[in-house]
Amino acid sequence: MSTGVIIKKNSYFDSVFLMQVAKGISNEPGIDQAIVLMGTENNKTLLIKMGVKKKEIDSVSSNDVVIFIEGSKSPVDLVLNNIDRWFTRKTTSLEVRVHTLDEALTIQPKANLAVISVPGKYAAREARKALEKGLNVFLFSNNVSIEEELSLKQYADQQGLLVMGPDCGTAIIAGVGIGFANSIRRGKISVVGVTGTGLQEFTSLIHQAGLGISHAIGTGSRDLSDEIGGFSTFKAIELLEGDSKTELIVVISKPPGIRILDNLAKKLNKCPKPVVTCILGTRQFRNKLKLKLKQSIVSTDTIAEAAISAAAIVEGKSIKLPGISVTNFLDRIKKEKKLLATNQRYLRGIFAGGTFCYQAQQLMAAGGLQIHSNVPLIGMIKLTDPTTSMANSMVDMGEDYFTQSSPHPMIDSRLSKQRIIKEAHDPEVAVILLDFILGFMSSENPAGELAPAIIEAKQIRKNDGGHLIFIASVCGTDLDTQNLKEQLNTLEEIGVIVMPSSAHAALLALEVVKDRQN
Amino acid sequence: MHDVQELLEIGLSIINIGVRDFGESLKKQGVEVTHLEWEPPTVVDQEIADILDKLL
Repeated sequence: MSTGVIIKKNSYFDSVFLMQVAKGISNEPGIDQAIVLMGTENNKTLLIKMGVKKKEIDSVSSNDVVIFIEGSKSPVDLVLNNIDRWFTRKTTSLEVRVHTLDEALTIQPKANLAVISVPGKYAAREARKALEKGLNVFLFSNNVSIEEELSLKQYADQQGLLVMGPDCGTAIIAGVGIGFANSIRRGKISVVGVTGTGLQEFTSLIHQAGLGISHAIGTGSRDLSDEIGGFSTFKAIELLEGDSKTELIVVISKPPGIRILDNLAKKLNKCPKPVVTCILGTRQFRNKLKLKLKQSIVSTDTIAEAAISAAAIVEGKSIKLPGISVTNFLDRIKKEKKLLATNQRYLRGIFAGGTFCYQAQQLMAAGGLQIHSNVPLIGMIKLTDPTTSMANSMVDMGEDYFTQSSPHPMIDSRLSKQRIIKEAHDPEVAVILLDFILGFMSSENPAGELAPAIIEAKQIRKNDGGHLIFIASVCGTDLDTQNLKEQLNTLEEIGVIVMPSSAHAALLALEVVKDRQN
Repeated sequence: MHDVQELLEIGLSIINIGVRDFGESLKKQGVEVTHLEWEPPTVVDQEIADILDKLL
């Protein structure tokens, strides 16, 4: 085997483009692996771990690209000798290259939103420049400090502008999906999300119910923390109160701060339109009067129940909330449980959606299960090593630890595939819980990409005299380009039990293991 | 200055800064997008970068 390293000095490219370059090179005959990264300190550490000699990248700076290739000698040499060909972007001859915000605004003076996805170190500065020019901001970048986020949002508040972010992956404004969003028909329900995949699942379920969305506003993952104080959430609620097409407002959030709950309750209680909430991680607080919501507000514990409630209110039906039922799937689970070896008793959740990971933990806790996680809810246990599960574990593969040097799992499933195989080698694992997310900017075939790993994992357990149960949810609509029906078929054909929502999937997984813990 | 309520009523007009795919996804949905070819500043010192911002 041959390896080669080449550096492109002073050449910045975004991480998605670099991933595409790496993928393209890896697909060449005779190439086993290609890694293409900007030369940040974290990436250099990762490259050294993967076998690159320290002296080869010592002088590399974060403005340089490092290309590391493994394979047979001739193909490796060929790629290295023609490396520039892989970095040529296809642009039309008519496309004007713009390098500053002022140039961009000269071309497009009516611009009203800056979509920003630069490295975190520079993100707040770019967002501030955009706000100073009177643009609202959608800030996908993470690794923005709390102080920077607070400063941006305070400034935006003074200027009457909206900051969606940082770490905001999803929004739907006037029917247009920004970032990772699904194709959703227009309608009367609007949603504010301190969550990305929570917005995606909620809007997809509303679409599947035959209804539609007016707007889905993302706020960034820390907006309802005590430090930030909900600037974007409260601004978004005000906007939706003033939106003539919005008849009902839903608020979905990952676990918020504690002190902010009072202000959140006050804001929601004043809202003149009907409200439905799904504030994850607050179930245990409700009885302690920490989230005092007026009686007319419907509080739910899962995204699916929030969608059911919202649909019922808008259609003028009464809401029955018996919780979500998995009884239709219990027979199938019974058959698969009979194939488990006696020592198989653990559940492993491998999530691309952080919100699904939190929601699953909440449901497991309610079912009496203790969970290990890289993003533990209060009362759960933090994994000492995010790459190694313990007992019952739920892992958010989109968390910074994994994405600092790899694309998000919704774009690139490599790390998720590796994790599935790793879990399969643990003889005590009985069930693996997965999520698949369709829509704009997501992988073109999420189910197809993970299928070989699922098949291999099942075989590993079977060879050992056991069985591996796979349970999944697919977040998407019939309008998404990934073809929802085909995604469902791909999974069903390889024996994955596909559930109507992430909450259904988590509850069914609980059914598998809850009586096997002793 | 753009009233943020107009975002919801009139629709989006976007400057995309960073990963090109965000802009391409929006163009496919029929939104007007100008892509800004962003590169990190060559001057790493934040204080100097802020001063340059004010001057230029």
